[in-house]
Amino acid sequence: MKSSVITFPGSNCDRDMDVALKKFGFKNKMVWHDDVELPKSDLVVLPGGFSYGDYLRCGSMASKSKIMTSVINFANSGGMVMGICNGFQILVETGLVPGVLLRNKYLEFICKNVFVKINNKKNTYFKNINKVLEFHIAHNEGNYFCTKDQLKEIEDNEQVAINYCDKDGKTEEQFNPNGSIKNIAGIFNKEKNVLGMMPHPERMIDHSLSGEDGSLFFNNLINNLK
Amino acid sequence: MKISVIITLKKDVLDPQGKVIHQTLDGMGFNNINEVRQGKYFEIDAKENDPKKAKDKVEEMCKKLLANLVIENYKIIDAQ
Repeated sequence: MKSSVITFPGSNCDRDMDVALKKFGFKNKMVWHDDVELPKSDLVVLPGGFSYGDYLRCGSMASKSKIMTSVINFANSGGMVMGICNGFQILVETGLVPGVLLRNKYLEFICKNVFVKINNKKNTYFKNINKVLEFHIAHNEGNYFCTKDQLKEIEDNEQVAINYCDKDGKTEEQFNPNGSIKNIAGIFNKEKNVLGMMPHPERMIDHSLSGEDGSLFFNNLINNLK
Repeated sequence: MKISVIITLKKDVLDPQGKVIHQTLDGMGFNNINEVRQGKYFEIDAKENDPKKAKDKVEEMCKKLLANLVIENYKIIDAQ
């Protein structure tokens, strides 16, 4: 399986993602934002970080990068595109996934482990994962927001990917770290080939450093892609 | 031609920064405030002398980059 990780000026999780993808069997290429052509890929990842210093709105500048025209075409033709953290912010700015990510409710930069419950397993990203996942979050703008009409459409189309919860999978407000509507931590496009999520699976791929739910995620992803 | 644009958050969008500014003003003794909403202001010096054309261009900029229409409104307030 071939993957591509896009590096924007200010990306800082691109190399972590490269390490994670390679560890679980992807042949990964790093792609510079100013390139026009996307290498042949089974998966494209927009990594976390602070592209363009979060100027204007997080992800807004990066969403207009040269490479993004190719990424958008790739996604619209059914290609798998995953945006993590700042990558999620870039995805919402392209309009590939609905909604926006606002400042965290209590104006704090949040850096901690969280649990997420998979809301929709009928897709390549989460099919066959049957447990609550422990991932890491580190963000200032992860407060998912959309209009009432959009929320209805998102729910009708089963586009909510994951919700913040406790270790037993309870998705109550007290387990919502940032004020996101309905504890939403990740969203799909209608077709479920594009996934944006705030948590970082690439930070959970080593038992002695953090945890292994990221390993579970990437192993499952490459198996589902085969 | 200089054009000014104001971007504001839509009414039903939570503005935690505005809220904190409100609280701080309140703590400073400015007690008769109902609400504070924070926005953005842009001054764009366009290479265009026709006000109509310049405004149209800036409107396009607002829709494509300066504002996110899911949560924000824009208002072109001045062209001179």
